Amino acid sequence: MAEHNEIDQVTGTATTGHQWDGIKELNTPLPRWWVITFYLTIIWSIGYWIVYPAWPLLASHTTGLFGYSSRADVAVELANLEKIRGDKMVKLGAASLVEIEKDPALLALARARGKTVFGDNCAPCHGSGGAGAKGYPNLNDDEWIWGGSLDKILETIQYGARSGHAKAHEGAMLAFGKDGVLKKEEIVTVANYVRALSGLSTGKGYDAKAGAKIFADNCVACHGDAGKGNQELGAPNLTDKIWLYGSDEATLVETISNGRAGVMPAWVGRLDPSTIKALAVYVHSLGGGQ
Amino acid sequence: MNKPVPPTELQYEQDAPLYAARKKVYPQKVSGTFRRIKWGLMAFCLGVYYLLPFVRWNRGLGAPDQAVLIDLPNSRFYFFFIELWPQEVYYFTGLLIVAALTLFLMNSLGGRIWCGYLCPQTVWTDLFYAVERMIEGDRRERMRKDAAGGAVKLQRFAEIGLKHAIWLVIAWWTGGAWVLYFNDAPTLVKQLFFFQAPMLAYIWIAILTATTYVLAGFMREQVCVYMCPWPRIQAALTDEWALNVTYKYDRGEKRTSLKKAKELRALGQQVGDCIDCYQCVAVCPTGIDIRDGAQLECIQCGLCIDACDTVMKKIGRETRLIGYDNDINIHRRQAGKSPIYRFVRPRTVVYSALITTVGAIMLYAMLTRSLLDINVLHDRNPVAIKLSDGSIRNAYTVRLLNKRGFDRVIAIDIDGPTNATVHVVGADSVTPDRPMIILGRDQTTELRLLVTAPAENNPEKSIPVWFRVTDIGLGEVTSATDNFVSP
Ligand code: SF4
Ligand code: SF4
Repeated sequence: MAEHNEIDQVTGTATTGHQWDGIKELNTPLPRWWVITFYLTIIWSIGYWIVYPAWPLLASHTTGLFGYSSRADVAVELANLEKIRGDKMVKLGAASLVEIEKDPALLALARARGKTVFGDNCAPCHGSGGAGAKGYPNLNDDEWIWGGSLDKILETIQYGARSGHAKAHEGAMLAFGKDGVLKKEEIVTVANYVRALSGLSTGKGYDAKAGAKIFADNCVACHGDAGKGNQELGAPNLTDKIWLYGSDEATLVETISNGRAGVMPAWVGRLDPSTIKALAVYVHSLGGGQ
Repeated sequence: MNKPVPPTELQYEQDAPLYAARKKVYPQKVSGTFRRIKWGLMAFCLGVYYLLPFVRWNRGLGAPDQAVLIDLPNSRFYFFFIELWPQEVYYFTGLLIVAALTLFLMNSLGGRIWCGYLCPQTVWTDLFYAVERMIEGDRRERMRKDAAGGAVKLQRFAEIGLKHAIWLVIAWWTGGAWVLYFNDAPTLVKQLFFFQAPMLAYIWIAILTATTYVLAGFMREQVCVYMCPWPRIQAALTDEWALNVTYKYDRGEKRTSLKKAKELRALGQQVGDCIDCYQCVAVCPTGIDIRDGAQLECIQCGLCIDACDTVMKKIGRETRLIGYDNDINIHRRQAGKSPIYRFVRPRTVVYSALITTVGAIMLYAMLTRSLLDINVLHDRNPVAIKLSDGSIRNAYTVRLLNKRGFDRVIAIDIDGPTNATVHVVGADSVTPDRPMIILGRDQTTELRLLVTAPAENNPEKSIPVWFRVTDIGLGEVTSATDNFVSP
């Protein structure tokens, strides 16, 4: 390197001997503190390899001195979270549904907890805000197939409808057409009758008397004389403005012909009791509760 | 590896190297007007900083009684009678604007007054220098001791140790005072003492101890010269009328010794008042010679003025050979005219006007700010619900803020679709259509509000709806608006 020892005249620093288009490179070493820091970080990183899980092995990886894993960290934090929530959730579990609704602090807790649980479990069918969809009830309105009181909502969440749980709501809309109970024309007639019940227009040449007769013979057992429905059987009110599957003639004909039997899963056993309680309060507070 | 060649071996010796190693500055003790002002301001600033957390302010039961408190867990900021909520951080923006404008105004009047007298870096460095001087002696002594270098005697060792110990105590207490602004001070002091304080407090104390110790103990003037952007910025803001620490070369030159000056004067020759005694250089905390003219390194502390005044008094010449002045006046004096000082100039007027305006706006906003607030958020999914009787209902999440220190009963009315009713989930309405709620003191309450328009009054499209909140007791009213949507 002796021939590279040329000294730059302006700075008084040696050059490296590298030269591009007449521009020479100064040999300015890094500051010592910087170099030392750099080496220290390397040593530090070796410590890391030893202390923490670092190197991939064929089937697993090195586990480090203390067996640290971020998964275990998460578990600890989750456990801590449970602990923090602990007494609040216990309080929630101990209070009655009505008490929860009356206590602003408990109501806020139940709503907050209910909202997240709803988002995780119920939103796929009922929508994130409980708006429902065709075949999935809107939980914001005031029509309740199985009852809209706090207790009824709780019961429905716990056991579901046609879920296979022993205490589940049973009862389904029969398939009058498929089972050969009613003929095609009769079904159209009664469909128009049902539309008339809730104040909707009826088709041309519709025979109201015949409709009433068919309805009285086949439908009142579940939907009641006036078509007001029966929450014990999960028979919807046919006189109001809310329709789960749709109110146009074609949809009604489809419903009467082939029946309906939507399923609501049972959540008991899948969610803990106080969470289900929170969920019931949340759904009730959406505004549709009775 | 090639060794850098010392500059003395350069071919062009007069060329200064691009990088000059730091020369340690040994500021000498000085006394005089500006030194006294600096002591006074130092005592004031440090006093405020260290003691303010202990000042109490009664805000009623249950509320923190610390006059100045940044309550992060509860997102509140308390400043004597002012209590700020997170959504009011714009007051801080205003405060920063006022602070910046004040800095500009100070700068246009008297140059870097901030740097010389008020900047924390200056204040703490000055304090650290005072400690150093007390223990290791004045300039000459310190220089001699440092030059002795390797020959460390036990006494010297003790001196250095003591100095650093005192520095660390000051630095530690600086960090300690900092965390007291974020917690109830007396409680935290007790906790700190028994090692029960939150980890974060210790971490912050450690950080501020380290920065204070390093910046005021070791970096000193280097912070002002190399790290701080203000010297560069202020250079762009200043003008020719600003008063700066100035060596009045018109009466200083030419410099010569006292004896020589007398001889020359006797011969009727022109000599200046400066006797080249270098006192102004010796006392300068940034180690510069102000006689070289205005310099970036000068923090305008005025200590050289005191030093030179002492000399001038001793030799019986007029003081203020160095003083707060500007070039315009030097030229005027040279031309035989009397100096003029102009403080009312377009820029000072504009700065003052802006400060007054922003201050007035803030004050107005502060005095008229509402202590009852409402925020309304419309439900998105679903936006509107049709009920079984055909009426339409919209749901809103309403957040009410009660910024007063007591519980309040409020009533909610709406003004939207004809005959629409409002209902609060979880609350029984005593008066129909006018739900009443109790708002806890100093907190936000979230409510779910249902607004229902009867079937016959269903609006065809989205129409505005007003939510009015009335404090039953005080009559305070606030309102917010949103839309009522039809499906
Ligand atoms: S030159 Fe004078 S005013 Fe400027 S920093 Fe030095 S002592 Fe202070
Ligand atoms: S202290 Fe005054 S007299 Fe002494 S060198 Fe500085 S300017 Fe000249």
